[in-house]
Amino acid sequence: MSIFGEVPQAAPVAVFKLTADFREDQNPRKVNLGVGAYRTDEGQPWVLPVVRKVEKMIADDHSLNHEYLPILGLPEFRSSSSKIALGEDSPAIKDNRVGAVQCLGGTGALKIGAEFLRRWYNGTDNTKTPIYVSAPTWENHNAVFSNAGFEDIRPYKYWDAGKRGLDLEGFLGDLESAPDHSIFVLHACAHNPTGTDPTQDQWKQIADVMKRKSLFAFFDSAYQGFASGNLDKDAWAVRYFVSQGFELFCAQSFSKNFGLYNERVGNLTVVAKDQDNLNRVLSQMEKIVRITWSNPPSQGARLVAITLNTPELFAEWKDNVKTMADRVLLMRAQLKEKLKALGTPGTWEHITEQIGMFSFTGLNPKQVEYLVKEKHIYLMASGRINMCGLTTKNIDYVAESIHEAVTTVQ
Amino acid sequence: MHQHEMSARSVFDGVVFMPSQIKLLEDFKRDMHPDKVNLAGREYVGEHGHTTWLPLVRKIKQQIATDPTLTPEYPPNLGIPEFTRRATELALGKDSPAIVESRVFGVQTVGCTGAVHLGAELLRSCYCSSSSWSGPILLSSPCDDSLAGIFKAAGIEDVQYYRFWDAESNGVCVENMVRDLENAPEQCLVVLFASGHRPTGAELSQEDWKRVAEVMVKRQLFPFFLMSAQGLCSGSLEQDAWPVRHCVSLGLELLCAQSFSYNFGLYGERVGHLLCVLKQNLLAVQSQAEKIVQTLWSCPPMEGARVVATVLSNPAHLVDWQESVKAIAERCMLIRERLRERLRLLGGPWHWDHIIKPGGLYCCFGLNTQQVEFLVQKKHIYLLPNGCLNVSAINSRNLDYVAESIHQALSSKL
Repeated sequence: MSIFGEVPQAAPVAVFKLTADFREDQNPRKVNLGVGAYRTDEGQPWVLPVVRKVEKMIADDHSLNHEYLPILGLPEFRSSSSKIALGEDSPAIKDNRVGAVQCLGGTGALKIGAEFLRRWYNGTDNTKTPIYVSAPTWENHNAVFSNAGFEDIRPYKYWDAGKRGLDLEGFLGDLESAPDHSIFVLHACAHNPTGTDPTQDQWKQIADVMKRKSLFAFFDSAYQGFASGNLDKDAWAVRYFVSQGFELFCAQSFSKNFGLYNERVGNLTVVAKDQDNLNRVLSQMEKIVRITWSNPPSQGARLVAITLNTPELFAEWKDNVKTMADRVLLMRAQLKEKLKALGTPGTWEHITEQIGMFSFTGLNPKQVEYLVKEKHIYLMASGRINMCGLTTKNIDYVAESIHEAVTTVQ
Repeated sequence: MHQHEMSARSVFDGVVFMPSQIKLLEDFKRDMHPDKVNLAGREYVGEHGHTTWLPLVRKIKQQIATDPTLTPEYPPNLGIPEFTRRATELALGKDSPAIVESRVFGVQTVGCTGAVHLGAELLRSCYCSSSSWSGPILLSSPCDDSLAGIFKAAGIEDVQYYRFWDAESNGVCVENMVRDLENAPEQCLVVLFASGHRPTGAELSQEDWKRVAEVMVKRQLFPFFLMSAQGLCSGSLEQDAWPVRHCVSLGLELLCAQSFSYNFGLYGERVGHLLCVLKQNLLAVQSQAEKIVQTLWSCPPMEGARVVATVLSNPAHLVDWQESVKAIAERCMLIRERLRERLRLLGGPWHWDHIIKPGGLYCCFGLNTQQVEFLVQKKHIYLLPNGCLNVSAINSRNLDYVAESIHQALSSKL
């Protein structure tokens, strides 16, 4: 008799199942618009030239040792990563009230932040503090906070399917009606899955309500640089909140903007009121890290730290990032053009108005099913597509197929 | 719009300061004494006093860095299949009935800590199919101080201890251990240590393990093995894994957390593996493990696991690596012998055979608090509580000083 005899099968994660189905599909015209990873115009993953350069530097550096990194991570990685998010001249950094924890990708950063907040925010071990995540949001947000022990995870209005844009009124309304001190998970830029970000003015309105109601801002920043091609522009929202005096967390991922998906490079930036509070927070985070993964992995962090701290490499990296962002922008423009040229019913402005890797096409589940089953074009049931899956070679096929789906399937 | 002022109070006001997890290491770093010795470190250090690169590892890392076929992709949640396959074979032996019968799955984790954390959460969510089950789990007394914290964080609050290290005999008292296991509630979890115990380095003989396994079967206790340094204790990969293999041969279900930090020198890369041997329902349990991994780190880091997989799948590399592991084990044994000899020559009523009995990195002297404090404060020799120490940090330059200081600690009226 097995102890595990009655364990139920967990539901597969939709996006991984999509990729698995894509892999098995033998159709020569198949297109994968599912998983969120960058692809070149040849449909291949891309090792950033600067990454290849630094990888080799690291492998040839005989002075490096293999010892455990400090529990909170590589110091030069943590500080340079926080600078990327908050800006080189951030007054908060100058005031010594910014710290960071190197984590296992964006997921790890969210995890440590969530575990800390559950233990120490809004009382001690207050599992009832509401966590608000956008409707829709990255599907793992819910699981990370729930696994950290939070009992009350709620959606805040975000996507307006009717107008294919931000439901600002709904968003502000949910902020107003949220219990004071609730935690809000905000997407720093390039919202996943909608690609729809608040404008600067809209962010100001959001910040204002959050300040008044003492709501906690937990930013998820997985696409800095990747969204507009400009690091500072993509960090505007986080920096604005800091300038307004917020204490906040920012979970940074370097998976996309460094193409380091497989080395799990993340950083949890912490902005506190003063250095004393910061130190106490970091000391407790260290305890949490110690019993989670003990020390973070060195490879990716070293690579990022060397790149960010070496002027020529930093410039080269920004250039590589712009290359990726520009290709995405090109695909957006071309897809919109082609749909307009085909006379596909509906408006398609949102394709170029949205930003980052993803676009919420507005296709309904039946239309999505049509695309997957009949046309071998794989996208999420929500209608989310990864623009990186588009290439100059498949964009006509995709545009025509979307046209077919919209005109023949209701 | 009315601009609101931020409250002057911090939302983190109530956060209590937590003293460093590695205070001893920090004290050592600050210590300016020329003779200072750090015997409390986790890593294996070579004769020169630093952690060492395995030449093979360096070579493979260079190959990986210049391999144009390796692409940046999210790896599978559970890790590189080649890695988990080899890690499983390494622990259980290629012909293990569990492997042959497809009753085992492996998960690549972020170090051994990650493996223990994942295993703890998996047990918490799956064990006895009761979501309200919360223990007890039995840990050895003593053990690494972070272990209890890992299980508690996973929701297994009821942490108890079985007697393990016996100060009288400077070794494991198997009688006491077996008795505590016999008195444990049925079906509770038991953490067992294959390939060396931290911090004591204590080992059980195969006969001892047979007795322990018998009780595990009789009382339906669930073994969670920690195998942190396979190959480094006896010099033989098979011998160090024997306790795990023996339990599998008895038909027990078990978890085993493996580390590749020590035997590959890949501490910083965080290469760990969680092995799950079940009787049935493998796919369902595996899917639950995936679900948990998604909330911890989504997928594990590739670099270190790639190195390990490359070595373990290549016969020539494998031989090369086994030699390196054996060399480390032999150096540790040599240091133990020399330390024993030095202490014997310094005289006194004490016996030192317990130093050479076990192999591997760690050794326990059973010193009391005052004696340990004396060594740290007065002699600048940093060791763990109970007088446990990492023998690899002892070398020809500091051997005399260390031996004399230990002798002094024991002989002085403290």
